Amino acid sequence: MSDSSSERAAVPVLAAEDLTVRFGRRTALANVAIAVPRGRVVSVIGPSGGGKTTLLRAFNRLNELTPGVATTGTVRFNGVDLHGDEVDPVEVRRRIGMVFQQATLFPRSIFDNVAFGPRAGGYGGDLLELVEEVLDAVGLWSEVAEDPDRPAMQLSAGQQQRLCIARTLALRPEVLLLDEPTSALDPAATARIESLIHALRGDYTIVLATHGRRQAARLSDFTAYLAGGELIEYGPTEALFTNPRDRRTESYLTGRIA
Amino acid sequence: MTDPLPVRGPFEGELDRLQRLLLEMAGRAEELVRMAMEGLAARDREMTRRVRKADDRIDELEVEMDERVLELLALRHPMAGDLRLVFFALKASNDIERVGDHAVNIAKSSRRLTRHPPLPDILEIGEIGGQVRKMLGDALDAMVTRDVEKARSVIAHDQRVDDLRRSAFRIIVSYMLEQPRYISPGLEMILVVQNLERVGDLATNIAEDVVFLVEGRSIKHMGASA
Repeated sequence: MSDSSSERAAVPVLAAEDLTVRFGRRTALANVAIAVPRGRVVSVIGPSGGGKTTLLRAFNRLNELTPGVATTGTVRFNGVDLHGDEVDPVEVRRRIGMVFQQATLFPRSIFDNVAFGPRAGGYGGDLLELVEEVLDAVGLWSEVAEDPDRPAMQLSAGQQQRLCIARTLALRPEVLLLDEPTSALDPAATARIESLIHALRGDYTIVLATHGRRQAARLSDFTAYLAGGELIEYGPTEALFTNPRDRRTESYLTGRIA
Repeated sequence: MTDPLPVRGPFEGELDRLQRLLLEMAGRAEELVRMAMEGLAARDREMTRRVRKADDRIDELEVEMDERVLELLALRHPMAGDLRLVFFALKASNDIERVGDHAVNIAKSSRRLTRHPPLPDILEIGEIGGQVRKMLGDALDAMVTRDVEKARSVIAHDQRVDDLRRSAFRIIVSYMLEQPRYISPGLEMILVVQNLERVGDLATNIAEDVVFLVEGRSIKHMGASA
């Protein structure tokens, strides 16, 4: 197989087929088929418990850490089955990074939080350079450059969330899975994260689970509507928000949910 | 999956008010065209004043529509079908306001016409007037009932109005050629016909926007393939 960039661009970064995830007797995702194009932002919207988080976690094999989970169907990453025997889940989670709703920092310095992953992975380059680069990418370097050794917990909630994104970027991922990254933030911090997502598109493929319908409309190229574990509709964001094909999407977007 | 119960949206009342406002504007515009045509036929000099006064009210309603739409967009962020309705209301109210302006132009022309010898009856003009009023009425009915077929029939009618306009022009010009005293009223009558034809065009715009409102796709500039 040739590795020309045009062929690479044609293969979706992530593609789920007939993906079903059950936790015990509860079905969290049912027969979901979705392809995430390279370098784009895909939003996943839908009511709570609809399957947004489960879909994101299926994309980097986090669900399997939950006891009692049963997954059927396939998820491909650059065309390769994520559940193949030769696939290392740790490597999967490095290349497909995830950021959660609540910043999950270590009680260490800002620097250490970013450097932890690369250190553990035996990073051979200049660690200081890498930390500065990714902190700069999330707009945090100018804010912390004076003292990157101070405790990360002293940062504001918005800065902490950007630090989480920087920490993920330090592992050189291809995909960023963002699970409600702004739901705990005030509007100003939310706006900063949103500009960041906007700036990162192209260099990274981003899948964003969000309660914010308007956030999805503002940020994403494609939007998926998930409800009751079912992928109701998936398409270009502008089409979904102006003229959804499915009546259930229409009801959700216009706030006419029973 | 069973059908969910019909649920009212969080700002359904505001959307209803938008539609009612649009209907009031439309009803008044239709009436204005009727008054203007009546004034023309009766050579009634007083009609101009009444048409103008009625048009002022449409202008006020248009301003109110602009304010409401801006408010809805700013505060409610409507989406999907709601968004299309708001977009439609804004465009249609603009078209309706211009219908009112054309009715005023017709009324002004008919006032000036009273200073000239009357032209012989031109049946086509009355017919154009009837046609465009029907188009306007049908476009608005189509909006209320979300009737795409009716909207499409309005669009199809526009061709008939164009044909009538061409015949009317030919007849007017032939009178002007025959009798120099018909030149001034003839020119005035050409303006009347042109204003009526524009009303038909605006009704067509509204009908096209009804299709967009219902189906979410634009059929403008597509000719017969729509």
